[in-house]
Formats: sequence, structure tokens, C-alpha cells
Amino acid sequence: MNVLLDNSDVFLTGFKNTGILFAFSAVFSLILGTIVAGMRVSPAPAMRAAGTFYVNAVRNTPLTLILAFFALGYPRLELPQISFINAAIVGLSLYTATYVSEAIRSGINTVSVGQSEAARAIGLPFMQTLSLVVLPQAFRSVVPPLFSVFIALLKNTTVAAGFSVYEAGAIRAYLSERGEPLLPGLLWVALMFVVLVLGILTPLQRYLEKKWKVAR
Amino acid sequence: MTNSAPAPALVELTAVNKHYGALHVLQEINLRVAKGEVLVVIGPSGSGKSTLCRTINRLETIDTGSISIDGKELPKEGKALARLRADVGMVFQSFNLFAHKTILENVTLGPIKVKGMSKPDADKLALGLLERVGVGHQASKLPAQLSGGQQQRVAIARALAMKPKVMLFDEPTSALDPEMINEVLDVMVELAKEGMTMVVVTHEMGFARKAADRVIFMADGQIVEESSPEDFFTNPQTPRAKDFLSKILTNG
Repeated sequence: MNVLLDNSDVFLTGFKNTGILFAFSAVFSLILGTIVAGMRVSPAPAMRAAGTFYVNAVRNTPLTLILAFFALGYPRLELPQISFINAAIVGLSLYTATYVSEAIRSGINTVSVGQSEAARAIGLPFMQTLSLVVLPQAFRSVVPPLFSVFIALLKNTTVAAGFSVYEAGAIRAYLSERGEPLLPGLLWVALMFVVLVLGILTPLQRYLEKKWKVAR
Repeated sequence: MTNSAPAPALVELTAVNKHYGALHVLQEINLRVAKGEVLVVIGPSGSGKSTLCRTINRLETIDTGSISIDGKELPKEGKALARLRADVGMVFQSFNLFAHKTILENVTLGPIKVKGMSKPDADKLALGLLERVGVGHQASKLPAQLSGGQQQRVAIARALAMKPKVMLFDEPTSALDPEMINEVLDVMVELAKEGMTMVVVTHEMGFARKAADRVIFMADGQIVEESSPEDFFTNPQTPRAKDFLSKILTNG
């Protein structure tokens, strides 16, 4: 307990930044992943190819390499510079979006073809067929896999510790600088992740599943 | 332009061919449907009759030939195709009501999003149509809470809300319990009486006799026979049609 109380500043800053990384990356990856899933079911072959290429290229690259690129490679390009934490958000979002896209695409496949045929038959173009008829039904069936993706994202934020972002994964380093015992410190970090998942994400998942329960 | 030129057909298929892999599912189909005409398409399963119906609003693409609605050739894709589809109502075998929307929203979605109608106007239009097909009191329910016959009548109202030039019915009663078939057919007969142009894929001979102007019989991707409903049912010309009728008459 002393490790936690004596170093509450370290824990607070760490988890605050973890929260920031998670929240922004979750929102951005949800938006980007939905767009990419839409591209992958588009009638235009070029859109499908672009979406497939993006998912295959990014999903098959280790997250560490993606974050290393944004923390170490990107600053050398002649582009507007961004802070380490923003770089981490960009990397995490791009990476997570591929998983979000695949979860949503599997949800799209659960919506019967008849639904989109009926939408097209009343004259809705592709974008509206997708956004008004297919996606609202697809989201209901992707809540569980989507939350698995977001739980993985929450834990993946700790990789950013390796690239100069002061978040929960970096707490260990700060504690060891202060000469604190490592094992209790790590256990506290682990416990807090469990609390975050069980205390926030799981109830949210349950709530959404209930709210969007498919009427059949 | 001369006075003797025939009035342009509302729906016109010219030399239409379509393959599913090796299967030649539509073979050199030529067909004209005049304004106000009710055409019944009949035939054994696998004859291409549903495919034919679905090509008319391009839910199925065709390999060669041309299809035009009201003198305009069907666009290949994009916004122009969507606009044209708004003029062609479609009723499916499996209803395909939007499962996440209420009955009312199912009917108003097209008028609001495609035609830019205001919500109060669309609601008024939709409630009128739902009343007309006999499900006005169900407007706030979800599709899953309705019987099959009610769902299909809502689907007809949804198509009518777009004020289509022609209505396509792809086996509209095949997924219904027998006691619900008539409530749907009655709505369709009413529509026919009001002068709606209709292409109806069905085996319901009662409907064909009561409402159809013309029957075409399809087998193996071709139009084999074409005649008035009375002639077709009482005096079929081809062995293929005779064989088919003998089967559905003894079963039905």
C-alpha cells in the first residue's frame, strides 16, 4: 500500500495519460475502422482494394514498429512535428482501426442481403444504404468483438511507454528511479488495469448489448 | 415521329442475356410491359423468373442486351441508378422490412431520404398508405412484432410511398402461411384495379385470373409461352406449360 500512497503522483499521471491515449485512440479508431469497413464492402473495386491493402499492411505490422515509426521515424520527415503522446495516439488509432474494421465487417456480414437490397430498391445510394440500414444493424452484433478490441487497445497503450510517453506502462520506470520495490508497484499497475476493464469497459459493453438487443 | 408509332413501353427488355457461371439463366429475353398493364410471370423454380424480375431494377446485372424504364435505359451504377430505382417499387418474397426501424419509419425512410420530403409530410403519407393496406394501427411496432402477411403489406406500402411508375413483386406470397396469402393478394388486386403497372412473379392463379392482363410462362431461361390468363390456364400450348400446370393444379 505504501508504494501506491507514497507515489500517488506517479500513478495519477501515468493512468491519466493512459486514459487520454485510450479515449482518443478508441474514438479515432472507431471512426476510421468504420470507414475502412465501408470501403471494404463498397461496390467500387478501387475502394475495396485500398481498404484491404490498409488492413493487411497495418494489421500485420507489430504495434511496437508502428509506434517506433511515429516516435523515431516521423520526426525526421519534413512534416509538422507532433508531441510523443499525439504520435502514440496516431499510431494506436491506425493500428486498432484495422481490428475495428474487421469486427464491423463481420457484423455487416450478419445483416441479410435482403436488407441492403430493400434499401437500394427504394432508391438509397450506397452510402445511405450503409449508414441508415446496414451499419445500425451491424453494430448490434459487433459489440462483443468490438469490446475485445478496445480492451486490447487499453492494454496496448502501455507499449507507448517505450516511446517516451509517461503512461501506466512507464510507472515501473519512475518507481525504480525512486528506489521503490518493483514487484508491489507492478502488481498495483496490473490491478488497476483489471479495475479499468471490469469497472468501466465490461459494464459499458453489457449496457450497449442490452440497449441494442436485436428484436427478432 | 409518326402517329402510327406504338406508345413506348414502360418497361422494355431487349435481347437480355445473363449467365450464372455456366448456367444461361436468361436467354435472349424480349419483353414489353405497357403502362397500366399487369403482367404475371409464372414458371418452375430455376426458370429464371425471379432473376428476370430483379434485373428490371438492376438488383441483378445483365451480361448483354438492354433494359429501359419509361424510355430511359437503366444506368449502370451510382446516383443515376439510385434515382431510377426510386421509380421502381419492389416487393420481395422475404419482405425485407428494415428490422431496426418501426413500421412507420420503414415507410417514411425513402420519401425523407431520397425525395427530401419533410418528416410531417412523410408521416402523413405513410400513415395513409398503412391505413390503405390495413396496418395503420401497427405503425409504431417493429417488423418482428407483425405477422408475415402484415409485414408484406407494409412492404407494399413502403414501395408505394415512393410513388413508383411500376411495381415488381418477386413471389410476394411464397413465404406466407396459407391463411395470410389472401390479405396480401387483395391489396395487390386493388392496386391492379387502380391502374398500377405491375410485374408479378407468382404461382397464385387466383390472382392471375382476377388481375392479370397477360401471363408469360418461363422455363430454362426462356419465355416459352405468352397469353391471356384464361387461355394460359385452360388451354396451354406447349408441352412444358402443360406439364407444369398439371403439377401445380393437382397440388394446389
